[in-house]
Amino acid sequence: MHQMHGAGETGAVQPAIELRGIDKRFGAVHANKSIDLKVEKGTIHGIVGENGAGKSTLMSILYGFYQADGGTIHVDGRLCDIKGSEDAIAVGIGMVHQHFMLVEPFTVLENVILGVEGGAILREGVDKARGELKRLEREYALDVNPDAIVGDLSVGLQQRVEILKALYRGAEILILDEPTGVLTPQEADHLFRILETLKQQGKTVVLITHKLREIMAATDNVSVMRQGEMVAHRKTAETSPEELSELMVGRKVLLRLEKGEAAPAATVLEVDNLCVETSQGVRKVKNASFSVRAGEIVGIAGVSGNGQSELLEALGGIRAVTEGQVLLNGQDVTPGRGVDAAELRKRGVAHVPEDRHRMAMVTSFSAKEAAILGYEDDASYQKGLFLNWHAISDATKHLMSEFDVRPNDPDLKAANFSGGNQQKLVLAREIMRDPELLLVGQPTRGVDIGAIEFIHKRIVAMRDAGKAVLLVSVELDEIMSLADRILVMCDGAIIGEVSAADANERVLGLMMAGVDPHEAKAAEGQS
Amino acid sequence: MDNFELVILLLDATLRTSTPLILAALAGMFSERSGTINLALEGMMLGGAFSAAAVAYYVGNPWAGLLAAIATTICLSLLHGFACITHKGNQVVSGMAINILMSGLTALVGIALFAQGGKTPSLDHESRFQPITLPGADAVADVPVLGSIYSELLSGHNILVYVAFLAVPAAWWVMYRTRFGLRLRAVGENPGAVDTAGIGVVAMRYRAVICSGVLVGMSGAYLSTAQGASFLQDMTAGKGYIALAAMVFGKWRPFPALFACLLFGFLDAAATRMQGVILPGIGEVPVQLVQALPYVLTVILLAGFIGRAIPPKSLGRPYVKER
Repeated sequence: MHQMHGAGETGAVQPAIELRGIDKRFGAVHANKSIDLKVEKGTIHGIVGENGAGKSTLMSILYGFYQADGGTIHVDGRLCDIKGSEDAIAVGIGMVHQHFMLVEPFTVLENVILGVEGGAILREGVDKARGELKRLEREYALDVNPDAIVGDLSVGLQQRVEILKALYRGAEILILDEPTGVLTPQEADHLFRILETLKQQGKTVVLITHKLREIMAATDNVSVMRQGEMVAHRKTAETSPEELSELMVGRKVLLRLEKGEAAPAATVLEVDNLCVETSQGVRKVKNASFSVRAGEIVGIAGVSGNGQSELLEALGGIRAVTEGQVLLNGQDVTPGRGVDAAELRKRGVAHVPEDRHRMAMVTSFSAKEAAILGYEDDASYQKGLFLNWHAISDATKHLMSEFDVRPNDPDLKAANFSGGNQQKLVLAREIMRDPELLLVGQPTRGVDIGAIEFIHKRIVAMRDAGKAVLLVSVELDEIMSLADRILVMCDGAIIGEVSAADANERVLGLMMAGVDPHEAKAAEGQS
Repeated sequence: MDNFELVILLLDATLRTSTPLILAALAGMFSERSGTINLALEGMMLGGAFSAAAVAYYVGNPWAGLLAAIATTICLSLLHGFACITHKGNQVVSGMAINILMSGLTALVGIALFAQGGKTPSLDHESRFQPITLPGADAVADVPVLGSIYSELLSGHNILVYVAFLAVPAAWWVMYRTRFGLRLRAVGENPGAVDTAGIGVVAMRYRAVICSGVLVGMSGAYLSTAQGASFLQDMTAGKGYIALAAMVFGKWRPFPALFACLLFGFLDAAATRMQGVILPGIGEVPVQLVQALPYVLTVILLAGFIGRAIPPKSLGRPYVKER
């Protein structure tokens, strides 16, 4: 067991990890610019930065997934040449990836021993691993059934398997890349307790995240990255979310969205007992009933994969419903029964899908082509049998300046815009049509903080103009700051509704985990 | 001839016709379980059959032919791997290209070497795999039922038939009980997990296609030097595809694939038996109809009428480290 040291202040202790001058380019993108980083032994060290700041690249270099173009890596004061994951594992580095690196049809045990089977024939290794796993589970309170099939486990448990994998390989340093993206707040709290236990056992933890709340709650030290550069190192106790966000963005940002009271008017969207099944017959949305009125934003919260995507796709007309009814201004527009996405668009429903690259745009198109997708048969874009590219170009320029899409070049390939600018272009396309109802999914996924602020303001402006907005997001902060009413989905069903004023993270988190709203509120009352 | 004897004969023929299917299906399994679609089985089998017949003819020894067949199919597997694993090409296209290439190349080389219209010369007794009489088979031949099952059904096949049937439990053991098998299955499901565990994905997939090459090579050699006595142009006649179908029908698992191969082999054997047979009420069964049965069944099975097969998750997808 390692000795505990007070964050390495003794001076004699070598840092667990020291990076010197790490540099990495991907073609034209300079992902890491001469990065220096020290992580003290036995601490939890946070690395924050916006999407694309280079955090994941840096950690992938440390784990041997990529090779740095320049710079050196020192572990426990020794210079290490990490050429591949096996080298990283050998010096005691373990990593929990954002997208789990698990083999779903395998058992927990098989996943844990993969790569360290301990012999050409599995049996002996498996028996040894079973004992070792028992010990690890006891020591770190990581209960998982070793014979369970990983694909059947919940996301939180799968994450534990990833942690067990790293510990089984003798990891002294554990890197977690955006570990809470798929967890409920309660599961995230549990994770942080596990990390705390690891720290007490002398392990070093590196936590990569873009959520400042987690940094403040769980870390001892924090490093901030911006556009490939390491811009600051702080002791968590001596900094604040405001300072960190300013460091991340490079300017002051409003963390709280300013918005007035909603003035809900007539009901625009009425969803009654809606059920949606996948082609395999799995019921993804179960008897959802709700309404959205003009002049309000209704948010749908839930852990990713609980049916909210399917619900949004059904309302957007791209997925047929199995049962139930959808009314728009009192008229039946149930998708799959003679009503499709194009028809819904004509009736004033705009849809910003969750997945920008897969559904909202064709990234190999130019901006002006992307800007007319779905509206390409609009009369103003036609010239006889052909498209009127002059008119389209002008219209796109207008959209781009209105939504601050940079660079303002309608001929640039959509893929060459940053995520935030792509998303602004998609929003511009949908919002500038002046729809009655805006369906919007994950409006700020993979979008930088500056653009988030802008997008949020535009969505609120839609509401203030008397339009109905349905927002689906897995980011609780986003839901809580934008929505006037919040519906929570769990396992395909709408568990309950909370008004924005009553909402807090604990209640929503419990509901997202499937707890009845009344019980959730009662539990909240007791604590 | 009584019915019992007829059944024995039919099953005996089933064993012989299903042998190349079993070897090729296992070959397909090794490749596909590691994530590489192997549509090239057909062409590889053809290449193996040609090499085996040609070399056995020159050397006068079937074992030399077998080694030549395996060498040929390993080379073809490496070619397939080079296109699909190293260069991340389309696996279906690469497989089809190999099939078309081998169909033409075997005929071309055959004509150039032997000038017999694409055939290889008939092999003599010494250059073919001969039936093996299992110990005591003659002694028990007169024992009713069990005796004739042993002496006529189980005994009297060539070595490759026994190899094929032993290869099934062996493949199962390798796949589910060894480190190699665990890694092979993992690399077909989630190569990222294998990579981050410190194992080379590319090397793992190459090893899997080489295993595939060894097995399909035996299958090709069986056609031309054990079942037949020479190579004939396009003699595989779709057996590679049927083996692949059997493997899919067997859900990428050795024992279910074995049963699928036996079923296909039985239909094939039955088709031969049914020729000219007059069924009451129907009359003479058209030969073509019976011969088409295995193929019709393949289509029905692949269309998914019997259970849903879940392929390895990364099947057909080259491994690219994502940024």
